[in-house]
Amino acid sequence: MTFPNAGSQERPVPRLEARGITKGFPGTLANDHVDLVLDPGEIHALLGENGAGKSTLVKIIYGVLKADSGTLLWEGRPVTIASPADARRLGIGMVFQHFSLFESLTAAENIALGLDSAPRPRDLAARIREVSKRYGLDVDPDRHVFSLSVGERQRVEILRCLLQEPKLLIMDEPTSVLTPQEVSRLFETLRQLADEGVTILYISHKLEEIRSLCTQATVLRGGRIVGAVDPRTVSARTLAEMMIGGDLVVPAHEPVESAHAPRLVVRNLSSTSDDPFATELRDVSFEVRAGEILGIAGVAGNGQAELLAALSGESTTAADHVEIEGQAAGHLGPRARRALGLAFVPEERLGRGAVPEMTLAENAILGGAASRGLVRSGVIDGQGARAFADRIIDLFKVATRGHGAEARSLSGGNLQKFIIGREILNKPRLLVAAAPTWGVDAGAAAAIHQALIDLAADGAAVLVVSQDLDELFALCDRIAVMFHGRLSHPQPVGQTSVEQIGLLMGGLFDRSEAGKGDRDVA
Amino acid sequence: MWPRLVPRGEASPVMVWMTPVLAVALTLLAGTALFAALGYPPGRALHAYFVEPVSTFYGLGELAVKATPLTLTAVGLAIGFRANVWNIGAEGQLVMGAVLGGGLALAFWGEEGPWLMPAMLLAGILGGALWAAIPAFLRTRFNASEILVSLMMVYVATLFLNWLVHGPWRDPEGFNFPQSRMFGNDALMPVLFEGTRLHLGTPIAFAVVLGGWFLLARTFVGFQIKVLGLTPAAASYAGFDQRRLIWFCLLLSGGLAGLAGVIEAAGPVGQLTPAIPQGYGFTAIIVAFLGRLHPLGILLAALLIALTYIGGESAQITLQLPIAVTGVFQGMLLFFLLATDVLIRYRVRWGAPAGEAGRA
Amino acid sequence: MLETVTALLIATIIAATPLLLAATGELVAEKSGVLNLGVEGMMLVGAVSGFIGVQVTGSGTLGIVAAALAGALMALVFAFLTLGLKANQVATGLALTLFGIGLSALMGKDFVGTPHDRLPQLAVPGLSDLPVIGPLLFGHDALVYLALALVAAVHWFLYHTRRGLVLRAVGENHDAAHAIGYPVLRIRLMATLFGGAMSGLGGAYLSLAYTPQWAENMTAGRGWIALALVVFATWKPGRVLVGAWLFGGVTLGQLYGQGLGIPVPSQFMAMLPYLATVLVLVAISRDRVRIRLNAPACIGKTFHPAA
Repeated sequence: MTFPNAGSQERPVPRLEARGITKGFPGTLANDHVDLVLDPGEIHALLGENGAGKSTLVKIIYGVLKADSGTLLWEGRPVTIASPADARRLGIGMVFQHFSLFESLTAAENIALGLDSAPRPRDLAARIREVSKRYGLDVDPDRHVFSLSVGERQRVEILRCLLQEPKLLIMDEPTSVLTPQEVSRLFETLRQLADEGVTILYISHKLEEIRSLCTQATVLRGGRIVGAVDPRTVSARTLAEMMIGGDLVVPAHEPVESAHAPRLVVRNLSSTSDDPFATELRDVSFEVRAGEILGIAGVAGNGQAELLAALSGESTTAADHVEIEGQAAGHLGPRARRALGLAFVPEERLGRGAVPEMTLAENAILGGAASRGLVRSGVIDGQGARAFADRIIDLFKVATRGHGAEARSLSGGNLQKFIIGREILNKPRLLVAAAPTWGVDAGAAAAIHQALIDLAADGAAVLVVSQDLDELFALCDRIAVMFHGRLSHPQPVGQTSVEQIGLLMGGLFDRSEAGKGDRDVA
Repeated sequence: MWPRLVPRGEASPVMVWMTPVLAVALTLLAGTALFAALGYPPGRALHAYFVEPVSTFYGLGELAVKATPLTLTAVGLAIGFRANVWNIGAEGQLVMGAVLGGGLALAFWGEEGPWLMPAMLLAGILGGALWAAIPAFLRTRFNASEILVSLMMVYVATLFLNWLVHGPWRDPEGFNFPQSRMFGNDALMPVLFEGTRLHLGTPIAFAVVLGGWFLLARTFVGFQIKVLGLTPAAASYAGFDQRRLIWFCLLLSGGLAGLAGVIEAAGPVGQLTPAIPQGYGFTAIIVAFLGRLHPLGILLAALLIALTYIGGESAQITLQLPIAVTGVFQGMLLFFLLATDVLIRYRVRWGAPAGEAGRA
Repeated sequence: MLETVTALLIATIIAATPLLLAATGELVAEKSGVLNLGVEGMMLVGAVSGFIGVQVTGSGTLGIVAAALAGALMALVFAFLTLGLKANQVATGLALTLFGIGLSALMGKDFVGTPHDRLPQLAVPGLSDLPVIGPLLFGHDALVYLALALVAAVHWFLYHTRRGLVLRAVGENHDAAHAIGYPVLRIRLMATLFGGAMSGLGGAYLSLAYTPQWAENMTAGRGWIALALVVFATWKPGRVLVGAWLFGGVTLGQLYGQGLGIPVPSQFMAMLPYLATVLVLVAISRDRVRIRLNAPACIGKTFHPAA
C-alpha cells in the first residue's frame, strides 16, 4: 500500500519527505518502499512492533544508514544525508533509544561531542544553562554521566539536540526508561517544541502515549507502511491491530489467593560494590510464594542488576540474606542455587543467557547441565544435549533450523523462547526472569507470558523484574518497586494502579516504608 | 571499486580449515618476493627451505624433534587462549621446567636409575606450573594482567638459568664454559630410531594432543573454558568459577611448557646451557593460532613451523640466508592467518557499497 | 658525591627516554580503544631503521625520521588487520612483536656491532656549564627534549582540545561515537599510527643514543615495560613521565650496583626492572575502582559498525 506523495498545492512544504525508501539486510527487507511526510510543528508517531523497520527508517533519515533506494526531500529539496553530521547541518537531531552517551565524560563534554562546532567551554556551559531553563531540563553540566540517573541522561541527550536548534527532532522509544511522571514532563517539553515549529518524529510501540501526544501516526509492519491515521481519533485496540496485523491475544492470569509456602525469602539484603558505576542495595526484603508471580518494577539503574546478581548467585552475601526453599543460600554460587531449584532468565539473552557463537545444543548445557544429568563424571553427554535442545525447540516452538544452529542466528523472540524453555524444562521451583519480553515481538511475548503463567499455575514461584508496567500488571499477583537500591512493600495488583507504581518509581515511597532512606527522596 | 565485508549469518565451517591453507600459500608467495628482494634465487631458496631438510630420514626425525616442544607448549597455550587467558610467558615456564628437571639430573649425577627420567618429567611439569602460578596468583588475587606478568617472568627465568650455568651448576670440567655437565644416560630421552634424534618426547607430545582434544571436545571443564573465552558473562551466569578456570589454564599451559623444557634439555641438548630458551615458547603462540587453537590442528601447525626452523638452518648452510628469515616467515604466517580469518565470519563482496551492514 | 648523584639523575633521564616515548604513544592508542601489544616489535624495527638511516645518510635527523616512519608502518600493518579485517587485537599485537623481532634481525644483520657516534648533545652556551643544573637540565640530546615536549603535547591534546575529546569518546564508547557520526576507525587508525611512530622513536633512542649501536633484540623487553607503564599511569600522560623515570632509575640500579661492588650476581641485578614491573602492576591493578574509572571502556574491543 502506498500513500499519495505530498507536495500537493494546498499543503505547506513538508519539512521532510521520504519517498520509496528501501533497505535490505541479509535475510530481511527492513524497509520496503516506505513513504513518509512530516510537516512543520507536528508530532508524528512512527508506530510498529520490534523489527517492523522503525529504527532502520530513522537511522536512514539521520544518516547512520544508507538506503538501497529511495529519496529524501528536506523542505522540498532532494538531499543526500550521508552522515549524522550532514543530518545535523540540515537541522535534524536525534535522541537514541540506547543513549549514545559517554559514561566517563561530563555532561558538558557529552553535549560538546554532539555539536559540530563546539563553543568555548565557558560559553557552552552558559548555553546549556539557558536552554535547560527554557525547556525545564535540569542538568548539571559538570557532572559525569555515570553518576546521572536514566532520566537525567535522557535530558543530556535532548539538550545535546536542542543546542543545535533542530527543525526535526527524532525520538526513538524515549519513554521506555522513564517513570510515568517523567514521561508527562517530557511530553510538555515536546509540545512546547512543537508549538515553536519543531517537527517531532516520535517512535514508539506504546499506544496510549501516542494517542495522548501525537497528531499523526504512520504504522509500519514488516518493513512496509500499513496505515496512516490521526491517533487521537482511533482506539488503542485499532492501533494495536494495525501494528500486529491480527487480533491481540492477551494471556489471562487468575491471581492466587491462598498463601502457599515461600519459595524465596530475601531478608535485609544490602550490598556494597567495588564497581563505581553500581547501585548499592539497601535493606531489601521480600518473599515469593509457590504459585505466585511477583513483579519488581523500577527505572533501570535503581539496583535491579545488583538484586538479580544477588539472587542468581553471581554475587554472594552472608548466608541468611537469601533463602531458597527454606535453605540459607546467600553464600552459594549459581550452580548450588540451581541445585536447590532456582532457574534464572537474565536480561541480556545474547551474551549472558546464551553464548552467541555456540550451537543451541551447546547452549542447552549452559543452564541445565546439573539437573538434566548432561554431565557424567566430568564428560558431556553430547547426544543428551542435542535431544534436550530438540525438546526445547519442539515444546516452545522455537523457529530455527535445528539444534546445530548458532544462538546468534536466532531472532530475539525465538532465542528468548529457547532460554525460557531451557529454564522451565529444568522443572524449577523458583524462576527469576529479568525483562522477559523486552524487544520481543508480540507473538513471542504472548507465548512467553503464557509459559510463565503456566509455570506458576503448576506451583512454582515466579519473580519478574521488568521496566514494562503493562507487562507487570498483566502478569503479576503483587508488584513492588525498586528505587535507589531500596524496594517498596509489594502491593497486590488489584489494590494499586499504574499511577501509584509510577510515583514509587519516582522515589515517592510512603513514609512508613521509606524508613531511613528518607534523605534520598526528592 | 572497493571490496567490502558482509557478515555471514553463521561462521563458515569450510573457511575455518581453509584459511590456514590460504595463509600458508600467501606466506610462500610473500616469501618468494622476500627472497627475490634479498637477492637470492627464489626457486633455489624455497627448495633449500622447504624441500631439502625433509628429503632424508634423518631430516624427518629432526622435523619431529623440533615439532615436539612446539606441540607440547602450543596445546597448553591454546587451551588457555580459548578461555581468554593469555599466557605468553611459556618461554619462561619452559626454562623453569628445564631447570627443575635438569636440576634433578644434575643432583643425581652418577647415581641414577630408571626412575630418574619419570621423576625428571614430573619435575619439569612442576617447574613450569610453578612459574605459571605466579601470573595466575597475581591475576586472580590482584587483577594484574597475566600477559605482562607472564612475559616479565620470561626475562627473570632466563637470567636465573644464566646465573645457574655461570655459577653453581657450571660443569667443573667444562673449561669455564657457561654450561652444566652432560646428563647421565638414564637422564637422557631414549632415542626411538637409530640414525635419527627422534626420541620418546614425540610420542608424549602425541598423547598430549589427544588428551587436549578430549579435554576441549568432550569434558565439562573444556566446555567451561570455551564459554568463558567466548562470553564471560555467560560463564558467570552459568556459575562457572572464573578464578579456578584461570588457575587451571595457567597451571596446565605452564606445566606443558615445563614438560617441553625438560624434554628439550634431556633430549637434543643433553645438558643445561644458556641456549635452552630458543624462542619455542613464543613460536608456540603462532603454532596455537595456526592450528586454530585445536589440538589436532596444532599438530599439523607444529610440523609446518618446525619445517621453517630446520629450513632456515638448511638455507643458512646452503645459501648463506640469514637465520632471521625464519622469524620473518613465522610472523608473516600468523599475519596472513589473522588476515584471512576474516573470511570465516564475513563474505567479501565487490561492488557498490550499500551503507554499513547490520540489523535495525 | 654530588657528582655521582648528578650522574645518576642524568643516567636515569636517559634510561627513561625510550620508555617514555613508547609508553606515551601507546597511551594515545589505548585511549582511542586500541590495545597494541606489538610495542616491542615496533621499537625493534624503529631501532634498526633509525640506525640504518644514520649509517646510510649520515644524518641523525633523518635517522630519527626513518625510525618514526618504520614504527608507523608496523602500526599500519596492525591497524589493517585489527581495524580493517577485525582481527583479534591481542593475537595481532603478539604477531607484530614476533614479526618485528625477526624483521629487525634480518634488516640489521649487516650492521651488528658497527658503532657510530651518539646523537649530539644540545649545549646551551652558559647554562650547560652551570654545576649540577647545567648537565641535568641543559646537556641532553634532542630526543630527550622531544620526549618531554611530546608528553606535554599529548596531555594538552587529550584534555584541552576537541579532537582529544573525540579520541577519548571513541575509546570510551565506540557505538555511541559512531551513532553521533564520528569516524571511529579513522580516529583509531590515526591513534595507532601515532603510537607506532612513538615506539619507533623509542627504539631509535636505544640504537642512536643510549647504546649507539645495533644488536638483535636490543630492546630487551622495554616494549612490554612500556605497556605496563601505561597501566601504571592509569592512562594519564603526566604519570607516564613519573613511571618512566622510576623505571629508568631501577634500570640504573643494576649498573651502579655492580659498579659499587654490591655482592649480588649480576643476573639478579638484571632481573630488577622486570620484577619491579610486576610489583608495580600488582600495586596498581588491585585497585579495581581506579582502573575501572580510568581505563578506556572499549580497550581491545573490535568495533563492528552494527547499524
